[in-house]
Amino acid sequence: MEIEIDGKMAHVPDGSTIMDAAQQVGAYIPHFCYHKKLSIAANCRMCLVQVEKAPKPLPACATPVTNGMKVFTHSELAVKAQQGVMEFLLINHPLDCPICDQGGECQLQDLAVGYGGSASRFQEGKRVVFHKDVGPLISMQEMARCIHCTRCVRFGQEIAGVMELGMANRNMHSEIMTFVGRSVDSELSGNMIDLCPVGALTSKPFRYAARSWELGRRKSISPHDSLGANLTVQVKNNVVMRVLPRENEDVNECWVSDKDRFSYEALSSPARLTKPMVRIDGSLREVAWNVALDYVTHALKDVVGTSGGEALAALASPHATLEELHLLQKLIRSLGSGNVDFRPRRRDFSTDGRLDGVPWLGLKLSEIKDLDAALVVGSFLRKDHPLFAQRLRQLAKKWGKVSLLALGADDPLINLHARMSVSPARLPLALAAVVKAAAQLKGEAVAAELASVEPCATSQAIARSLLDGERRAIFLGNAAEQHPQAAQLHALALELARLTGASCGFIGEAANSAGGYVAKALPTALNAHSMFAQPRQAYLLLGVEPELDCHDPQLAVSALKGARLVVVLTPFKDGAAGDYADVLLPTAPFTETSGSFVNSEGRLQSFTGVVRPLGDARPGWKVLRVLGNLLDLPGFDYDSSEQVRDEVAPGGEGFVQGLNNGLHSLAVSLPAPTEALQRVADVPIYAADPLARRAAALQKTADAMPPTARMNTQTLAAVGVGDGAAVRVRQGNGEVVLEARLDDTVPEACVRVAAAHVSTAALGEMFGAINVERA
Amino acid sequence: MAILGAINPMLSVGLDGDNAWRLADYVKRGGYTALRRILEEKLPQEYVINEVKKSVLRGRGGAGFPTGLKWSFMPRSFPGDKYVVCNSDEGEPGTFKDRDILRYDPHSVIEGMAIAGFAMGAGRGYNYIHGEVWEIYERFEEALDEARAAGLLGKDILGSGFNFDLFAHHGYGAYICGEETALLESIEGKKGQPRFKPPFPASFGLYGKPTTINNTETFASIPYIINLGGEHYLEAGKANNGGTKLFSVSGHVNRPGNYEIPLGTPFATLLDMAGGMRGGRQLKGCIPGGSSSPVVPAATMMDCTMDYDSISKAGSMLGSGAVIVMDETTCMVKALERLSFFYYEESCGQCTPCREGTNWLYKIVHRIEHGQGRADDLDLLASVTTNIMGRTICALGDAASMPVQSFIKHYRDEFAYHIEHKKCLVPVDVQRAGSGFFTATV
Repeated sequence: MEIEIDGKMAHVPDGSTIMDAAQQVGAYIPHFCYHKKLSIAANCRMCLVQVEKAPKPLPACATPVTNGMKVFTHSELAVKAQQGVMEFLLINHPLDCPICDQGGECQLQDLAVGYGGSASRFQEGKRVVFHKDVGPLISMQEMARCIHCTRCVRFGQEIAGVMELGMANRNMHSEIMTFVGRSVDSELSGNMIDLCPVGALTSKPFRYAARSWELGRRKSISPHDSLGANLTVQVKNNVVMRVLPRENEDVNECWVSDKDRFSYEALSSPARLTKPMVRIDGSLREVAWNVALDYVTHALKDVVGTSGGEALAALASPHATLEELHLLQKLIRSLGSGNVDFRPRRRDFSTDGRLDGVPWLGLKLSEIKDLDAALVVGSFLRKDHPLFAQRLRQLAKKWGKVSLLALGADDPLINLHARMSVSPARLPLALAAVVKAAAQLKGEAVAAELASVEPCATSQAIARSLLDGERRAIFLGNAAEQHPQAAQLHALALELARLTGASCGFIGEAANSAGGYVAKALPTALNAHSMFAQPRQAYLLLGVEPELDCHDPQLAVSALKGARLVVVLTPFKDGAAGDYADVLLPTAPFTETSGSFVNSEGRLQSFTGVVRPLGDARPGWKVLRVLGNLLDLPGFDYDSSEQVRDEVAPGGEGFVQGLNNGLHSLAVSLPAPTEALQRVADVPIYAADPLARRAAALQKTADAMPPTARMNTQTLAAVGVGDGAAVRVRQGNGEVVLEARLDDTVPEACVRVAAAHVSTAALGEMFGAINVERA
Repeated sequence: MAILGAINPMLSVGLDGDNAWRLADYVKRGGYTALRRILEEKLPQEYVINEVKKSVLRGRGGAGFPTGLKWSFMPRSFPGDKYVVCNSDEGEPGTFKDRDILRYDPHSVIEGMAIAGFAMGAGRGYNYIHGEVWEIYERFEEALDEARAAGLLGKDILGSGFNFDLFAHHGYGAYICGEETALLESIEGKKGQPRFKPPFPASFGLYGKPTTINNTETFASIPYIINLGGEHYLEAGKANNGGTKLFSVSGHVNRPGNYEIPLGTPFATLLDMAGGMRGGRQLKGCIPGGSSSPVVPAATMMDCTMDYDSISKAGSMLGSGAVIVMDETTCMVKALERLSFFYYEESCGQCTPCREGTNWLYKIVHRIEHGQGRADDLDLLASVTTNIMGRTICALGDAASMPVQSFIKHYRDEFAYHIEHKKCLVPVDVQRAGSGFFTATV
């Protein structure tokens, strides 16, 4: 199609709109309701342009291009129409720009300069719209500013998958609101703030904190989930004021999850550790860096000298940077220990030593949209991976058949092709059933271990979807990696991939779940579980909070409490570390250090600090380097984090080498599932990492409600309590009292008790045996 | 009586008050012979569409679009579902003809829709009935039951193999749901807001399937076209304006009500049928086609014949055929204020010019009527209407603007007097005397 816009020729594909063509030739057409990622509403009418032979101006966003069309975006007719619309938009819009949070970054304000009059012809009273309370993240305090573009409504319907905002009433009494009294609970809700072209939806935590022109914009990378969302961090006076998405079509498109957006509040929380602390006479006291480092050096030398390197173990958070992980494992290995790991929530380590490479997603994030079918195994998809789930949601909306094999029936807000919800103990069997169904459909023989497996109709439907079409993928989620038979799930998924020709990969739990493998922060002796099962004399913890981050917090905390030396590198001083730590070294969170994360597709993204470290906090990589120097270990002379990174990943930014999900010498075996009562532990979205846990606003959301013991009707009846009753939940030596909740989406013989929360930290394994009785 | 008067009637023949709406009565009047003939003689779809084209039946809902042409846009060979939808969401102020058709002769609509379904290969129809005439909705449901029981709807109609299911659907009274795409949204269970066009309903209509939407009276006329033949139907009216039409006459006449006359009948004749002007007063102006058509001053109106072309030449629209007659006691500012309030109130609020503009128009006219007009208000009104017209998603913006423009054009002196003297040109006691509601004089 050929089109002429303001005299410039453009060639655009069939079905393009005038707006598409104008963007191609670089002609700007003013607009409010149009957004490239949302459906076309054509309701703001700001983009009216003149089209040759058309009797009236046409909306550029909605008018399809016809061959030979001549468009004038700045002709008298077009500009008159645009000015007319601007006048209408402004008549009821309060002119409170000086106190409006959107001031300075407001589309309406900007366009009013170009198209608005200097005085209003409207002299009546303006519309008054009552404010709404929709939760702790979005402020709808000044809804009179709303221009009814419905971007927020369409975002909910189309991107977040749930229509939480709608436009009620008619005529100029139209109002954006939630269904009577409800809050906006989507894990992507913050994007509506960005989408709002005016100051109607604003960020509650950021309100009245700063003006947009006072803020410096710095690039960064999200330290939370494995997507590696690109961020713009805005700072003022060395304080992070807010976080916005930085567009990267291949990674986060133009969105970020609420966790990425609002976790910044933790960065300036009073819980920040600003000075090193050493336990002196039983209590932790602030000391100078040299004192603390001296203490650590001597204590480590002492432990290693008297009991050998194997008496020392180190555990890092998968949210730590590539550089920190590399230096930690280098330090530990140099001290003669092989006890280092970065996977605290893992339970089954039998794939260690059998992996063909770095486990990854199996395909690029940008390739998800072209899939014909996908199977996700063991994931609380929406809460574990908000934007990854969003990509699958768009896929399912187009043509993709998305299936889910999960431990609960949490609504992923995806139009699913098929789903199975099973207990953790039955998850390997359920996946094996899909493998067998696929083998039967292909007429291939199955392994002897699968002989007794009977595929049900659902597993056959899933297998069939994976056999049809060109591009298919199998994704193993967080629960599949944390599962006590994670290796079996991995092997079964590979077998299914082999049979169907689908790709197979891991969605990855945290920002550096792939990076830890690249940095080889992996055990050659004791792993993240056995280092606590066989207590060591000294522990080095990097950014991890074992009481919340470990698969079995009970075990971890008891080992730490019994140790001679526990050194914790952490940005925070609250938490249980106060009970067991001997030394707290203040390290910098992602905004105060340079570093790199490798996301689940193997994309290495480096970032620099955006503010100076708070107080005496120092970047983790520098602390580890200095420790290496003080311990007289060779190879710790680095000048920059880039030097460290280049030692691990010589390619620098881009995709890392050696991505491979293959396994060698691991046979499939299916143990009979236990019939005993079993725990199903999800990691609530805002409890997943130390930053999110301390983000004040996120902690007030519905997703941050304290854990309950959720059971289905039968289990609840077997326990002999009703919905809402208090129950005593016991695992090993630990017990807690929780509220029992009826939830028929919980699989049979299971109790769903969330992990990673203080109130359940006394419990044991995430998918272990559990005991529930009336409290 | 169903219809107060008629000249050469078709639609209103044999309608005897409230008793003749049942299937048996309709069949006695010759009902369902058109459908029977089509199915029994296995007439081709093209034949039906051609007859409708020849009849030059123009849409009775207001736009006056030729029905046969609209039907021919429907992709008959499209595999999958197709729909015919009847627009009985009669919300235009002044219009009350569809209500009476459904009340006194519901089977003519059912037959018309079944024929339309046959002609366009649609297997399913919906009749969207205005929510404020609940008893009409209930009656239509009863008529549907009768038709289904008699095998005139449903599977294998009259043993012909033709399937057509018809359902009634009622709205809740929103004017905007009379806009065809808002109506489709409403049937789909969504908020009644017009869709942006293109795509048009013929390609992307109800549930995204090809859909044809016609007015109740249009469908009711179809059986007569098939029975009479398209050409004879056309001859009943005048060239390019086929057939007879129902006119809802209201306002300052002695006998307000529905009248069926051939298109092309002089306005004077219609006014006579309606008993002439009330109290023998002078005609001041007339809104000839429902509240959204421009007002026509008395002199021009008396020269008009009641058909699409003549009214259009007079600068207005035949619209839905709602003739609102206003005599010399009418304050045109007050009349416009009422109309503007209606359009402000009924704007769906979706697109900017209509949402904000209709309210602004009302506020200005309201201000003038209440003695707070400003010297530049008439220019402001003109400017605001220009900014609304042609810039909205649907025609409601235009419908709200045209009365404003025409009232000011024809009665500018009254508006100017109002602004200058802060009161009506027509004294209040004269207005009250003419209204028929006030008996006491001031």
